[in-house]
Amino acid sequence: MTNSNKQAPMSNPVTDKVAASLRKRHRKEKGFRFVGLLAVSLGFLLVFVLIADITYKAVPAFHQHWVMLDINYQEKWLSIENTNQENLQSADYRKVLKRSLYEMFPEVTARKDKRKLFKLISSNAEFTIKDNLLISPHYFSKKTSLWVRLDDDADTYLKEDVTIGEASARVDQKQASWLKRLVEENRIEKRFNFSFFTDGDSREPELAGVRGALAGTVLTMLVTLALSFPLGVAAALYLEEFAPRNRWTDIIEVNINNLAAVPSIIFGLLGLAVIINMFGLPRSAPLVGGIVLSLMTLPTIIIASRASIKAVPPSIREAAMGIGASKMQTTFSHVLPMAMPGIMTGTIIGLAQALGETAPLLMIGMVAFIVDVPTGITDAATVLPVQIFLWADSPERAFLAKTSAAILVLLGFLLVMNITAAMLRKKFEK
Amino acid sequence: MNSSTLIFVILLLSLFSYWFAIQRAVKVAGGVTKVKNLTSLPAQFGLLTAFWCGIPSLIALSLWGIFESSVIDSFLLISLPDSVNNLSSDQLSLYLNDIRVMASESSFVESSDPAQQLKNEAAAYLSSLQTNASWLKGALILLISIASVSYILSRFTPDFQSRVKMEKIIGAILWACSGVALLTTVGIIFSVFFESIQFFSAVPPWEFLFGTEWSPQVAMRTDQVGGSGAFGAVPLFVGTLLITAIAMIMAVPVGLMIAIYLSQYASPKLRGIAKPMLEILAGVPTVVYGFFAALTVAPLIRDFGGWLGLSVASESALAAGLVMGIMIIPFVSSLSDDAISAVPSALKEGSLGMGATESETIKKVLLPAAIPGIVGAILLALSRAIGETMIVVMAAGMAANLTANPLESVTTVTVQIVTLLTGDQEFDSPKTLAAFALGLMLFLTTLVLNIIALKVVRKYREQYD
Repeated sequence: MTNSNKQAPMSNPVTDKVAASLRKRHRKEKGFRFVGLLAVSLGFLLVFVLIADITYKAVPAFHQHWVMLDINYQEKWLSIENTNQENLQSADYRKVLKRSLYEMFPEVTARKDKRKLFKLISSNAEFTIKDNLLISPHYFSKKTSLWVRLDDDADTYLKEDVTIGEASARVDQKQASWLKRLVEENRIEKRFNFSFFTDGDSREPELAGVRGALAGTVLTMLVTLALSFPLGVAAALYLEEFAPRNRWTDIIEVNINNLAAVPSIIFGLLGLAVIINMFGLPRSAPLVGGIVLSLMTLPTIIIASRASIKAVPPSIREAAMGIGASKMQTTFSHVLPMAMPGIMTGTIIGLAQALGETAPLLMIGMVAFIVDVPTGITDAATVLPVQIFLWADSPERAFLAKTSAAILVLLGFLLVMNITAAMLRKKFEK
Repeated sequence: MNSSTLIFVILLLSLFSYWFAIQRAVKVAGGVTKVKNLTSLPAQFGLLTAFWCGIPSLIALSLWGIFESSVIDSFLLISLPDSVNNLSSDQLSLYLNDIRVMASESSFVESSDPAQQLKNEAAAYLSSLQTNASWLKGALILLISIASVSYILSRFTPDFQSRVKMEKIIGAILWACSGVALLTTVGIIFSVFFESIQFFSAVPPWEFLFGTEWSPQVAMRTDQVGGSGAFGAVPLFVGTLLITAIAMIMAVPVGLMIAIYLSQYASPKLRGIAKPMLEILAGVPTVVYGFFAALTVAPLIRDFGGWLGLSVASESALAAGLVMGIMIIPFVSSLSDDAISAVPSALKEGSLGMGATESETIKKVLLPAAIPGIVGAILLALSRAIGETMIVVMAAGMAANLTANPLESVTTVTVQIVTLLTGDQEFDSPKTLAAFALGLMLFLTTLVLNIIALKVVRKYREQYD
């Protein structure tokens, strides 16, 4: 069709035909370009929607409502006589909390209502009261005002877009009216949620924090780095500098390429069957998680390191060999330092992949509910992505915000790692 | 001494022998001024000695770790009377386990019962064996490292080729490291293959491959014969294919168009911001996509479907597939971009010179030339989608439905692996073994896809290189 205009120049009907066909072709061209632009914009839109959605959902998690209660440390409620340390440890603070609360709301008499009222306060308030008395025992048998956390349902209610005083899904009419009174008496305060970064996991959304998961992530990543970096670099050096061209090398090369594309969950099966059941290493431990993740990132690091080693100009090698260095000396004193920035970039990218990985860690039991912050690589631990998975599965509505906030923390880590890698790459390219 | 202390001790010893060997080498040379008479540098002597100190003792340590428990068990069995040794293997292992627990907690039950006393004695013997073994291990490691260091030190002469020997050892270490990747593959095959064989001895393979009913929970009962009919994996395969197909329908056109636009039309400025955008999409952890799919996209689709009057499951295949498609877009686009850019510019210029428009050139010249690379990219993306776990675990269903309706809830191979293996488990039940059989299927499928993809890409590269 495009060539039909060659035969008859100047003839009018033909030029018309050509002009028409050209218009059509140019329209098509424009259409095609537009579709391409649309696809690119769709990409931008998706990134924007993804980030905006998660950020929007995460906002409530960074603040928390506290309520000021008039706590009455009455002797008979504490059921202790004096303030020696032992008594203070074992006193009945729950009763103090309950009774003080009922004192503030004398009109609440029905048993069911009392329970509803008590439900507005976080289960952790008991310990806040206890800590306060432990620090300042002179409040014993006196009254004091104390800020304690609200329960997650009440907290969510105050954050949501409802008129205070009206019932919502998780807060009924009575609870709403009590909350309204507290708000009107200026007893409720919105504070930054520091405990989200300093506390471990909890079944109560208002108490749950990412500290435990962060510690687990750091430990797991340290193990991964300590194993995969030396192994990966050594393997890349061997394959690039020393390996003879033979069957063995071919097998390893094909194998590494295939390993890079094996689904991550398969590595979890490997960890479960071989590392845990055969070698008997502990389940849920950062040690096992780190081993599995380093096997998974090894191909990435090897491939990146090989590319980086290959990019070192042969003249460097020849010069070093020419003045009498051995092959080994050339490799370790000249090739490796020059390839290092590229190797580091590859390693950071590999680690960033490992940082976001969840599936293999589910297989080796890092999904357990763990409150304590892990301190060693054989302690039971969980990592940030798994924590996200666990919270996303929780039925409490307040965990939705926590999950999104944890995702933001994870994305923040990834961003820092990727920017570092990009900067290294840029420096290397110069 | 436990193993981690020992490893630390070995490292310290190696460090010390490094230093010591340097002194020794200088002495052999006859003083610092005569170091030039040595064939190797003193530091090379030191490194060689450090290797000789560390490597044999680490090998011995790991060998000890492998054989310790079985050797101790056999000693314990010899000490026990025949009445115990004649127990059936199940009972014997239970009995030994009792003793082990008693020994580790040193809880001896006072009793006049002779059987109990026997157990007490055995436990005491076992814990003394373990203490002895631990000391013996420490002594042996120490002995080995000292012996090997003194051997190598005794061979030091000015002519001693310590650099050559050291480099040979380093070469061997590098070679061993390159083998780790191979060992990983062997480990994967070993772990999935052997568990699968066990599974297939309980459930016939054809039943697994062609059965249409999947309810692994039934097989929890031990008295059940092979869980007949409960392990038909067809619904899982269909579910996986359905979600993957949705993902590919979403990702391939979008990814390809992005690649075409960015490589042919886009200004360098747009490329400069579009590439990081794609990297963000590629770098977002899959658990985040899963969250997005389960809590944003799925409710949206359900509400939209409800508005149209369709009944949409809250864990619809469509939601999981679409989000998986988003995840795959960057794979398709970056690999296709490479393929399109690799087409020689002479082809493109020739076409443009003949008067074809840019889109005609792309459609009739560039894409046909780049098709093998694009096919390779799509195959790699496909294997990625099939093996993807978190999105489907969070956004797809658990129940095995045999359906092709994207609005219904389906389950996938990876979801079932996770469900079968998380939580407490007895390792030999068909339920957990089924997970490994599914893992085998997954591994083989992705392996075949990868091999084909790599072959296609390599063959195509040869054409233009």
